[in-house]
Amino acid sequence: MSIAASVSGFLYRKPRLRLGMLLSAPLLWLGLAYLGALAALFVTAFWHTDTFTGQVVTEWSLDNFATLFTDEVYRTITFRTLGIAVAVTVIDAVIAFPMAFYMAKFASPRAQRILVIAVMTPLWASYLVKAYSWRVMLSGNGLVGWIFGATPGYGLTATILTLSYLWLPYMILPIYAGLDRLPNSLVEASSDLGGRSWRTFRSVVLPLTFPAIVAGSIFTFSLTLGDYITVKIVGGAGQMLGNVVYDNIGAANNLPFAATVATVPVVIMLVYLAAVRRTGALDNL
Amino acid sequence: MRNSRTLRLIAGLMCAGTAVAACGTSSTSSSSSSAGGQGFTPPKLEALSQLGQPEGALNILAWPGYAENGSNDPNVDWVTPFEQATGCKVNVKTFGTSDEAVSLMKTGQYDVISASGDASLRLIAAGDTEPVNTSLIPNYADVFDFLKNKPWNSVNNVSYGVPHGWGANVLTYRTDQVSPAPTSWSAVFDANSPYKGKVTAYDSPIYIADAALYLMKTKPELGIKNPYALDDKQFQAAVDLLKQQRPLVSEYWSDYLKESQALKNGDAVIGTAWQVTVNLTKSEGAPLESTLPVEGATGWSDTWMVATKSPHKTCAYKWLDHIVSPQANAKVAEYFGEAPANPKACALTADAKHCETYHAGDAAYASQIWYWTTPIAQCIDGRTDVKCKDYGEWTRAWTEIKG
Repeated sequence: MSIAASVSGFLYRKPRLRLGMLLSAPLLWLGLAYLGALAALFVTAFWHTDTFTGQVVTEWSLDNFATLFTDEVYRTITFRTLGIAVAVTVIDAVIAFPMAFYMAKFASPRAQRILVIAVMTPLWASYLVKAYSWRVMLSGNGLVGWIFGATPGYGLTATILTLSYLWLPYMILPIYAGLDRLPNSLVEASSDLGGRSWRTFRSVVLPLTFPAIVAGSIFTFSLTLGDYITVKIVGGAGQMLGNVVYDNIGAANNLPFAATVATVPVVIMLVYLAAVRRTGALDNL
Repeated sequence: MRNSRTLRLIAGLMCAGTAVAACGTSSTSSSSSSAGGQGFTPPKLEALSQLGQPEGALNILAWPGYAENGSNDPNVDWVTPFEQATGCKVNVKTFGTSDEAVSLMKTGQYDVISASGDASLRLIAAGDTEPVNTSLIPNYADVFDFLKNKPWNSVNNVSYGVPHGWGANVLTYRTDQVSPAPTSWSAVFDANSPYKGKVTAYDSPIYIADAALYLMKTKPELGIKNPYALDDKQFQAAVDLLKQQRPLVSEYWSDYLKESQALKNGDAVIGTAWQVTVNLTKSEGAPLESTLPVEGATGWSDTWMVATKSPHKTCAYKWLDHIVSPQANAKVAEYFGEAPANPKACALTADAKHCETYHAGDAAYASQIWYWTTPIAQCIDGRTDVKCKDYGEWTRAWTEIKG
């Protein structure tokens, strides 16, 4: 018997070992590289840096968190970031739903495929190219000003607009998938029972696709919470949580405080996920 | 071209954005010439006494754009000629901040580094870089005297490196929308500035020094001697000034192309800029001018240094000589957009007026510049009775200013 055959025979008799070997690599990846990095982040948040050498000093303290909670500016930035995330999510949901509804229920199979590709196309272009093209459009003598006679200029509005544009496909696709799974027979049954289109939409379609909307909102919400580039490009003098993290690492070399700030979006997302878990939205991811 | 611009942009950003640059007092204040230098005694190290045979390899640690081998832009290459002339095979590692540079130098894997003022002093203090025997560097003799033996490249008149080039953060404005031509930073700081909502300001904590510089001249009662050494009261005054400036600002820039675009489109009409931004925007047809205001300005000045543990010292010295040679220095200065350290470079720049534009050799101009330095708790203006705000606090204040 060859070695290969004996090894395979041995593994055949040991199903647990077989499973262990199969899963060890992904588990290592998940455990060490992914969760390990997150754990390291949290641990770092309790340390501080030596100002002259720039080295991280591994002494435990809650100073960073105290600064985070007592300084008003961080509260302001957190609420601003949250507000932007909510606005972006709402705008995307409002735009995405009719679009996905048409794609899933009215378009021919051929048109459906073309529309899905059309929705995904912007994802193939570089993030920076898209953000900079919004910068050009929103400029004083850019496209927006030319068409509407005025432009919001660079600032909060511009940030929300640009982020809504950037994350729209992430909202359309889950809703489209959710609507696609909704059997047409249910809609027909509703109209057979005398439900008009609005009633059908409100009592049948919306409740059944709500989890899909929430699934999409998780994308738009978390992507917005972590963003720091768009606001740099079109945000004028504004800043978001991501910028505070970036400035602390990039400019101040204060990794521990950056880690402290970085825990804020993580906590917000955990709360959000816990809240939406009940809707069953996580099954739609 | 796009590529090289991006690169220059990154280079500029790195240089500017962060901890950068030189420690700084101007050459005029001899009483405080030990600025940044005091407070530590460098380890006793001897400079190289003579050159040997080139060792065949050289590991360079540099700001992006300072050691180009043609891979970013085939027309931008001063590393290959060096390799051909000396037989030293060059490896380039770029860094993004002075802090990163300092920690990379501690690995002992690099032979030379292009250090900015704050990094250079820390490297000297830690013994990571050693004194440089300038007599072994023929081109050093040509370097502008006002750049030699400064607080950020020497300790007790012992040279620790070769000056590379420098630049100032100038006041730029649209000539069609700003009149009369501004002569003071008050145009961007005064709450009643007519350019409200059209001011652009630099997005880095180090910009607090620009406010301190302005206060140094307009509010002498604060007693600011060096915009990088601010005690509680002085620091608070600078922060308040910037908070007052905040409503005037249309946007903070950290990307020079972004600023150029804003100026070109008229989204901003006045603000602080690098000369390279002004040139670029003018070349695209915008009516832009720049000026060095009466209060002076902040700026940067960099130094090439040799690692103490370098096994390739002959190659290292050859590189230091090469980088301030007229040909290479001209190329770097033009690619990065700064004033060269070697006056002979001025005859070799592709743009014949490069040195004029960047005020190379203009010692009077250079003395009005407060080169970037990282603020530390120990006041670098020589005061010992107060504690100054360190860079960590500057960063937090900056976040607060932007709100």
